[in-house]
Amino acid sequence: MILRIELPHVGESVTEAEIGEWLKSTGDKIEKYEPIVEIVTDKVSMELPAPATGVITKIISEEGETVPMGAIIAEMETSEISEIDTTEPPDVPASNRIGTLIQGANVGPTGGEFLDTSMASNTPEIQSKETKGFVSKGNEARYSPLVVRLASKHGLDLNAINGTGDGGRVTKNDVLAAIDSGENSKVSVTSVDSMTLGDEVIKPTAVRRMIADRMVRSTSEIPHAWSAIEVDVSGLVTWRTANKEPFEKEHGVPLTYLPIALFAVSGALKLNPYINSSWVDGKIVLKSSINVGVAVATDDGLVVPVIKNAEGASIPDLACQLDQMIDRARNSKMTLEDASGGTFTLNNTGVLGSILGGAIINHPQAAILTTEAIVKRPVVLTKKGEDSVEIRSMMNLCLSFDHRIIDGAEASRFLQGVKNQLESIDESFNLWG
Amino acid sequence: MPELTLIEAIRETMRDEMRRDESIILIGEDVANRGGVFLATDGFVEEFGEDRVIDTPLAESLICGVALGAAVNGMRPIAEIQFADFVWPAINQLVGEASKVRYGTNGVKNAPLTIRIPYGGEVRGGLYHSQSIEVLFSHTPGLTVVAPSTPFDARGLLASAIRANDPVIVLEHKRTYRLVKGDVPTDDYTLPLGRAEIKRLGTDMTIVSYGLMLHYALQAAESAAAEGIDVEVLDLRTLRPIDTATIVESVSKTGKALIVQEDTPAVSISSEVAAIIAEHCFFDLDGPVMRLAPPEIPAMPFSPLQEAAFMPSPEKILSAIRKLAVL
Repeated sequence: MILRIELPHVGESVTEAEIGEWLKSTGDKIEKYEPIVEIVTDKVSMELPAPATGVITKIISEEGETVPMGAIIAEMETSEISEIDTTEPPDVPASNRIGTLIQGANVGPTGGEFLDTSMASNTPEIQSKETKGFVSKGNEARYSPLVVRLASKHGLDLNAINGTGDGGRVTKNDVLAAIDSGENSKVSVTSVDSMTLGDEVIKPTAVRRMIADRMVRSTSEIPHAWSAIEVDVSGLVTWRTANKEPFEKEHGVPLTYLPIALFAVSGALKLNPYINSSWVDGKIVLKSSINVGVAVATDDGLVVPVIKNAEGASIPDLACQLDQMIDRARNSKMTLEDASGGTFTLNNTGVLGSILGGAIINHPQAAILTTEAIVKRPVVLTKKGEDSVEIRSMMNLCLSFDHRIIDGAEASRFLQGVKNQLESIDESFNLWG
Repeated sequence: MPELTLIEAIRETMRDEMRRDESIILIGEDVANRGGVFLATDGFVEEFGEDRVIDTPLAESLICGVALGAAVNGMRPIAEIQFADFVWPAINQLVGEASKVRYGTNGVKNAPLTIRIPYGGEVRGGLYHSQSIEVLFSHTPGLTVVAPSTPFDARGLLASAIRANDPVIVLEHKRTYRLVKGDVPTDDYTLPLGRAEIKRLGTDMTIVSYGLMLHYALQAAESAAAEGIDVEVLDLRTLRPIDTATIVESVSKTGKALIVQEDTPAVSISSEVAAIIAEHCFFDLDGPVMRLAPPEIPAMPFSPLQEAAFMPSPEKILSAIRKLAVL
C-alpha cells in the first residue's frame, strides 16, 4: 500500500522546514528508521527516518523547498500493515464542524429523554473551589521567562518598562508594546557625537554590569541622605598597636580595624533597628538578623561578602570570619550564600586614604557606613572646662541612608552609638570584657 | 450536508462501518433489542442480525473479555459499556489484558478492539451515571483513548478507532449526545488519532479542554472576546497519546495556558498537560499554567444546585480567563 511520508512536527514553535539533501531517491529500497532526507529548521538540522520498510515511489518536495510541518514530502510503497487509514477529512467550514448547542436537549441519567426543568439553566453563581491559583506576591520584580527572553532579545531594560500586570508585573504585552513604540531603544554604544577617535570602548564584564545595574537601581529607587561624624580613635589606635602581635599569635588572624568597626556597628544596629531595615512594597521591614556585608575590592570589582548574625559575636570571632571571607572573595571563591542575606553594609574606604565619602546604599538595604582614614589632627579637647589643643587620631564615619525610613535624628543616633563604642576603647579595653 | 447530533453521528458511523466490514460485531448491554439506551444502535439488530449485534448479561468484565477474545481471533468488535461508571469490573480485561496483547505476543497477535463508553455528568446522574473515567486508561501504554466533542470529530475519530488494529477506547460525553448538533459529511472520512485541534484561534491565552468542557470553553471565549481578551481554544480530541506538538505550538504562541476539565484535578489529564507545557514551553510562558476543575469530591452530586456547584460552567471559565489574563 502507498504510505504518505509527511514532515513531522518537531514542536517548539517550529512551523516549517527546508528540505536539505535527499539521501534516497525514487525506486530506492529503504529500511524502517533508515534516514531518507535531511531537514533544516531554524533551530536544528536533522535526518528524517523512514516510517516503514519499503520502496520510495515518489519524491514530492524538492531539495531547497520550504514546507510546513505536516506536509506530505514523499510517498513510499510498503507491505507493512498500517495502523490507520488516514483519508483526508472532507472540508467543512469550521463553525459547522464544531456544531451548535441545542438548549433543553437533555439526556437523562439512564439514557432516555429527560425534561426535568428543575435543572435551571441560570443557577446562582456558586463559588466552586477552583484549583488554587498563583498568589500574587506584590510588585517585587517578577519577570516571567517569556518577558526576560523578549527583553533580552530586543535589548530592553525591564526596569524602565511600565508593568500593567498583577502587582505591577511587566507582562508580555508590556514588553511587546515597548518594542513597538521603540521608546526604550537599546542603549547604543556609539552615537557619533559622543565618540572621538582614540576613545577606547570596553565591554564591561558581567560583574561590572551587575554592579552598574545595582547602582542605577539603588540611586533611582532610594532617596539617599547623608550624615557624618568624627570619631576620636586615639585610644583605639594605642590599644591595637599594643595588642596586634599577641592577637595574631593567639587567633591566627591579623587584628585590623575592620573587625573592631564591625563589632561597634553590629552593636549599634541592635539598638537602632530602623537602620537595619528595608523599604519593601511600601512597607518598612525591620530585619530579624543583623547580617553585615563588608565591601571588598577584588580584581573583578567590588564584592560584598556577608557576615551573618554579626551582633553578639566577639572581636576575635569577627576577625576570623572576616579573614576567611575576604580571602575567599579575593580568590574568587565566594559562594552565593556568602554574598546574600545582607541587611547592612560596611565599607572601609579609609584604607585608600579617603576622609569623606558618600557611598551608594546596597539595595534593598536602608543604609551603608564608610569608615574613613585615620588621620592625626590637632583637635580641641575640653577637660574640666579648660580648652586645649592636642594631636589626636581622628576617623570620620559617613552614613548614607534611605530617607524614606530614616531621618537625620535616627542617623545621628546610630552614628553616635558607633562613635561611643569606638571611643570607649583605650589601653584598658578587654576583648572579653 | 446533514446536521447530526453527536449520538446520531456515532450511530451513522457504526452503521456505515458495519456495512463496509463484515468482521465488525457489536457487543454490549441492550445494544440489540433495545437499540441501545441512548439509541446508538437503533435498528442495528434488524439490519445486521443477532450474530453481529449481541446483547450481553449485566456483566462488564464479560463484555470486554468476550470482545477481546473475538478481537484476538479475527473479528473486529465494538464493545459498548453502557455507562462509564460501570466499566470498573472490566478493568482487568482492558488494562490487564487488552493493552498487552501486541506487546505480550511480540506482535504475533493484535486486538483490533473498540470500546465505546458514554461518560460525564450534568445529567442529574448522581454517583453512578456521571463519572469521568479517562485517567486510568490514558495512563496505560498499549491503549489509545479518544474523546470527541463534536459530531464531526465523533464520526472521524470513531471510524479511525474501529479501523485501528489495536484497542481504542472512545469516550463519548453523554451530555453532548443531544446537546451538540453539527455538520457531518456522509462520505467516508477518518480523523487521525493522537491529533488535537485548535477550535478557536486566539492570542492572549490557550484553553486546553475536551468533552463537554470544550463547548463551555468556547462559550466563555466568546464572552471574553467582548471584554478584549482573545482566547485560543484547543480541543485535545485524543487523551492518549496527547498531542504535545499542537499544545506546545499554541501555548508558545499565546504565552498562557488554562486547562479546563470536568474530571477532578488531582492526578488527571490536566496534570499531564500542565507537565507537557512546563517542560516544553518554559521560556515562552508569561504566566503560570492554571487549571479549572471541580472540587475534590468523591462523586458528582445529585441535587441540581450541588451539581451546578461541582461542574465548571461557562461563567466559571470566564472568571478564570479574566484572572489569568491579568496575572
